Amino acid sequence: MHRLFQFKGGVVLKEHKKDSSAIPVRPAKLPPRLILPLKQHIGAPAEPVISVGDKVLKGQLIARAGDAISAPVHASSSGTVVAIADHPVPHPSGLPAPCIIIDTDGEERWRPRERNVFNFADLKPAELREIIRDAGIVGLGGAGFPAAVKLDPQGHEVELLILNGAECEPYITCDEMLLREHALEVLAGLLMMRHALNAKRCIIGIENNKPKAFRALYEEIRNTGADVEVVEVPTIYPTGGEKQLIQVLTGKEVPAGGLPIDIGMVCHNVGTAYAVYRAVEFDQPLISRYVTIAGSVAHARNLEVLFGTPVGNLIEECGGNRHTLRRLIMGGPMMGIALHTDAVPVVKTTNCVLVESAMHDVPLPSRNEYAMPCIRCGNCANACPVNLLPQQMYWYTRARDFDKVQDYHIFDCIECGCCDYVCPSQIPLVAYYRFAKSEIWAQEAEKRAADLARERHQFREFRLEREKKERAARHKKKRRAVSKGGSDDKKAAIQAAMERVRAKKAAQDSAPKNIDNLTPAQQAQIEEADRRREQRAKENHTPMSTEDSPR
Amino acid sequence: MLSALLALGILGVLFGLLLGYAAIRYKVEGDPLVDKIDAILPQTQCGQCGYPGCRPYAEAIARDEADINRCPPGGETVIIALADLLGRDPKPLDETCGEEKPKMVAYIHEELCIGCTLCIQACPVDAILGAAKQMHTIIESECTGCELCVAPCPVDCIEMVPVKQGLDSWKWPAPPPPPYERPAADDDPAAEPAGAH
Repeated sequence: MHRLFQFKGGVVLKEHKKDSSAIPVRPAKLPPRLILPLKQHIGAPAEPVISVGDKVLKGQLIARAGDAISAPVHASSSGTVVAIADHPVPHPSGLPAPCIIIDTDGEERWRPRERNVFNFADLKPAELREIIRDAGIVGLGGAGFPAAVKLDPQGHEVELLILNGAECEPYITCDEMLLREHALEVLAGLLMMRHALNAKRCIIGIENNKPKAFRALYEEIRNTGADVEVVEVPTIYPTGGEKQLIQVLTGKEVPAGGLPIDIGMVCHNVGTAYAVYRAVEFDQPLISRYVTIAGSVAHARNLEVLFGTPVGNLIEECGGNRHTLRRLIMGGPMMGIALHTDAVPVVKTTNCVLVESAMHDVPLPSRNEYAMPCIRCGNCANACPVNLLPQQMYWYTRARDFDKVQDYHIFDCIECGCCDYVCPSQIPLVAYYRFAKSEIWAQEAEKRAADLARERHQFREFRLEREKKERAARHKKKRRAVSKGGSDDKKAAIQAAMERVRAKKAAQDSAPKNIDNLTPAQQAQIEEADRRREQRAKENHTPMSTEDSPR
Repeated sequence: MLSALLALGILGVLFGLLLGYAAIRYKVEGDPLVDKIDAILPQTQCGQCGYPGCRPYAEAIARDEADINRCPPGGETVIIALADLLGRDPKPLDETCGEEKPKMVAYIHEELCIGCTLCIQACPVDAILGAAKQMHTIIESECTGCELCVAPCPVDCIEMVPVKQGLDSWKWPAPPPPPYERPAADDDPAAEPAGAH
């Protein structure tokens, strides 16, 4: 029996998982149009390699990784590229971002297979990582960090590889269904990841509210004799957090601001392992995933959804009404983001679509409309799984004292929402922390921009100074040459040249330059410039009118 | 008596030498206060404060010649930071210098540009690319939005446009004030101040 540990705090939530885990997963209907954002991951956006009008095949590369930390995007179905344009994407801002839009042809024709791997153990870890990177695999647990980067030990000794199947948020069951239906494939993916990392041990962590998933994995491990341990962990939110799961399984804490690799551990989601298996074994890039559709829909369930499928299509497919939506959440009720429209597509990090209509009120953490004053009860500090003092951060954020907020380690906050959930005054604490964090980032960015501007300004002043000196030195040299040397011939020549210049200048001063042989277009341009100049002069004389002039 | 005086005298000389040496050895180059003030200023180099750049303004503040509320691009944030640093009271922005505006960048209408290089000479941070009789363009990431290039342009082809908001520069908004702090109707019992019960 594996010895388990505890993290401080956390909350026990109502699960709401029964509805969506009752029926088997099937592929979602192919939508007529797929919207594939260029940035579905953490890092630089991908760069399109196709152009509008191109025919693409299923699984074909349509955008390559933009940087070392980035991920390529592949066409999730065959069809025609109709646009590369801004479209709403799942983001709390509701702002549009560049997407590749594909009209599907319904044929689902795959691109030809490019690679055959017969035994992954023969590959070098770097080759395996290359396959994973080219397949566009990112962490499917929710953050979307490129998996190949996280599978590179970078000189560290990896003691333990943890596969995260905790899935602690209410409503979400996509990892559970994946484990129940594809336990063997997940296990194979795990072994591939282990090979890439050269990890000594492997543990799969599953919350104890998913006995079927545990059973399925347990059976497969016994059948295959793989050297992998599967461990049931208590169902306490947020056990599914990377650092929390590590703490529960090993009793070790990831240092503040550090990564699990610093203590010799790496943690991946079960969905990522499945994607790795598909990429290595079948040469299939990451183009679909399991998504839970739950909340106010007639048939809550999991679907295997192609990336780019609009969320609205899924809601209709599960018997929900797109027109009576009150709120639409991507992710779980605790950490998910509210969507502004159901036109946004499913992306790599979408694990759940939670529908809330007037009929069905999804219990959520605090909402501002009911907030009462903080009574300093301290429940939030007790619930915080990372030992922070939520109410102090709240007070200092309200006072806009961001230095102080940082002193209370706001950047260790995982935004799990436990403090929100337990707050008797229903204060939306996480909203304050998110605000404070992005405010601090913005200030840092401004500081960097100011430093750059200062540097450039200083260099410019230095350059101007240098040029002035150089010019002075040149003149001096010339003057000396003229005054010192020179026979009468030379002097005469100089004199003549100066005369010529003077004559030319006199001629030039009397008339504007270069106005012979003008084309009508050039003439029009000159008049246009004159007119603008005049108008501007007028504006400057009457400052009252500048505000509403259409400049 | 004499030995005591002598001992004290020698000690005095010794310590004097020590202090003198330390003053030379640990001499601070430049004025650290000016550096601190300069670090707070937004480095727009726009000259709206009446000084030719941020550093001269910082020097003027350090010499107590200029007030701390003359920087429109920095706005309230900079005034408060300066007040904190210098132990003065924050005051509202001096309106004679200008007003606080959203961040802008310059944009050259390239079909109108005649390639005169006047804007290049005006730009304090070398953010304009171009040469004589060649089209000019703004390096957007370097532009501080100082507007100094707008006036010299003889064909008036430079426009100030607001910085485009992308997903990367998006910020989580501040949560709205809670219901009990919002101004409410007189008969609303929820409008009572915190701690009233």
